[in-house]
Amino acid sequence: MIDTKELTKRFGELTAVKSIELHIQEGEIFGLLGPNGAGKTTTISMLSTILTPTSGTAIVAGHNVATEREDVRKDIGVVFQDPSLDDELTGYENLEFHGRLYGMSKDERKERIVELLELVELIDKKDIPVKNYSGGMKRRLEIARGLMHKPRVLFLDEPTIGLDPQTRRYIWKYIKEMNAQERVTVLVTTHYMEEADYLCDKVAIIDHGEIIALDKPSRLKSKMGKSVISMDVSKPDKFCELVRKSKWVIKSKCVGDKVHLTVKDGEKLIPKLVILAEKNGLNVNSITMHSPTLEDVFIQLTGRHLREEQASSTDALRKRFMARRGH
Amino acid sequence: MAIYTIWLREMLHFIRDKSRIIGSMGMPLFFLLFIGTGLNSAFSVPGGVGYMEFMAPGIVGMILLFGSIFSGLNVVADKQFGFMKEMLVAPVPRSSLVLGKTLGGASTALLQALLLLSLVFLLGAVKFSLIALLLVIPIMFFISASFVNIGIIFATRISDPHGFQVIMNFFIMPLFFLSGALFPVDNLPGWLKILVLANPLTYGIDGLRGILIGHPTFPLWIDFTILVVFSAITVLIGAYAFEKMQ
Repeated sequence: MIDTKELTKRFGELTAVKSIELHIQEGEIFGLLGPNGAGKTTTISMLSTILTPTSGTAIVAGHNVATEREDVRKDIGVVFQDPSLDDELTGYENLEFHGRLYGMSKDERKERIVELLELVELIDKKDIPVKNYSGGMKRRLEIARGLMHKPRVLFLDEPTIGLDPQTRRYIWKYIKEMNAQERVTVLVTTHYMEEADYLCDKVAIIDHGEIIALDKPSRLKSKMGKSVISMDVSKPDKFCELVRKSKWVIKSKCVGDKVHLTVKDGEKLIPKLVILAEKNGLNVNSITMHSPTLEDVFIQLTGRHLREEQASSTDALRKRFMARRGH
Repeated sequence: MAIYTIWLREMLHFIRDKSRIIGSMGMPLFFLLFIGTGLNSAFSVPGGVGYMEFMAPGIVGMILLFGSIFSGLNVVADKQFGFMKEMLVAPVPRSSLVLGKTLGGASTALLQALLLLSLVFLLGAVKFSLIALLLVIPIMFFISASFVNIGIIFATRISDPHGFQVIMNFFIMPLFFLSGALFPVDNLPGWLKILVLANPLTYGIDGLRGILIGHPTFPLWIDFTILVVFSAITVLIGAYAFEKMQ
């Protein structure tokens, strides 16, 4: 349903997206997981014909995004990262406007609006102006709007950003439901690893404009071993070296003042690790152990946390730009 | 269909914003009542009409100018609140979006002008026939269509509503004062006359005045031709500016 080949976007000197290859099957929920400024929104913008690729090709629903824009646009729905509803109009009117713009007939619109508002549970609120909606309600309405014209592909750019955990779970539920009901292919970008894990059939981890891992969430995690141990020790670098020599762990990585270890048999290993540290004169302040998450996958691949940078995506892009210029 | 959709949205916004409708009447009415009454006794204008009657078509031009240019503010707001993206990603050519915005902005300005005209009529400032009222509608439409697009052209370049208002005020006042809305064009000194004749709004107001109270400076067909040509040019530039946006 979506196939890209060496898809690249440059803004001046900055390469925001670097030669990305994606092959997304019909009906799949596919996730692009990465920190802010990794190139997720740029990728989605190219696939939804808002930005023209610098080089490479992308075929969405059978049409080239650079040369057959209008054909692509008919078959896609987009939920943007930033709000894009008309606050003065009611929920019903927002969907009505969308349906008209996409050339749907009156009966078609009427039926579809009711169907979608029921799906996202906003039917009671249909005649209230959108400015009186809560953040979660607006998001649900935007998802309904993205589906209004029965697209074959739905793009969701950070669908739950800024929402509270409970609302986030609701949104996930709606996305799963509509994916099942409508058989629509979904491409979702996120920097929440729980979201990618729960929602997606397949995940591509993206960093600095490149895909650094691509697989089913379960398989990405199982490559990490059975458990992940995080230790707060006095000299993390030194401890990392010691651990590497011991051959107990699959992978190790220092992030800040913590050591992240991927291991097979965590419970038995913890005492050994403590003894090892003490023998070498290091203080162990705390130890935690958990099953691997996509966050751990990201840490092992990049040595950074997903949500390390609290800055906005433009700030992150700027940082990368400055860093490139530096060398 | 897409053009109608965009137009419909502009109308819905207009109808819901009662304060904007009432507010837009304020300035033209103040001009007519205070300046018009004040100068009525001091001034005589050609054709033997009173100054207030002379000025009435001028303030109709004023409300058309203000209403039209500020409908560009809707474009700035659409950009700011993200709704522009919803329109840009739809399978609709951008020229349709511009035409929809133009018709929407022109219709709302036209409705404001008609409301003002009826108020002016009821106040007794000017008398005109129903036929004259029907005849001024096309003139008013082309005045609005032109200035809506001038608003759109600026709106595509400006993303801050306050910046838009400041820049537009800078343009609107000279356009209004140099349009023959407040004084007759015939006997002006050379430099001023050149500026007034270069202003498309001059012909719009002259056309309105010719139909409503008689005594136009230029033949009606010249007024009308200049307005149609000018609005065609602004629509084309507006569509181009929209195409190049972002």
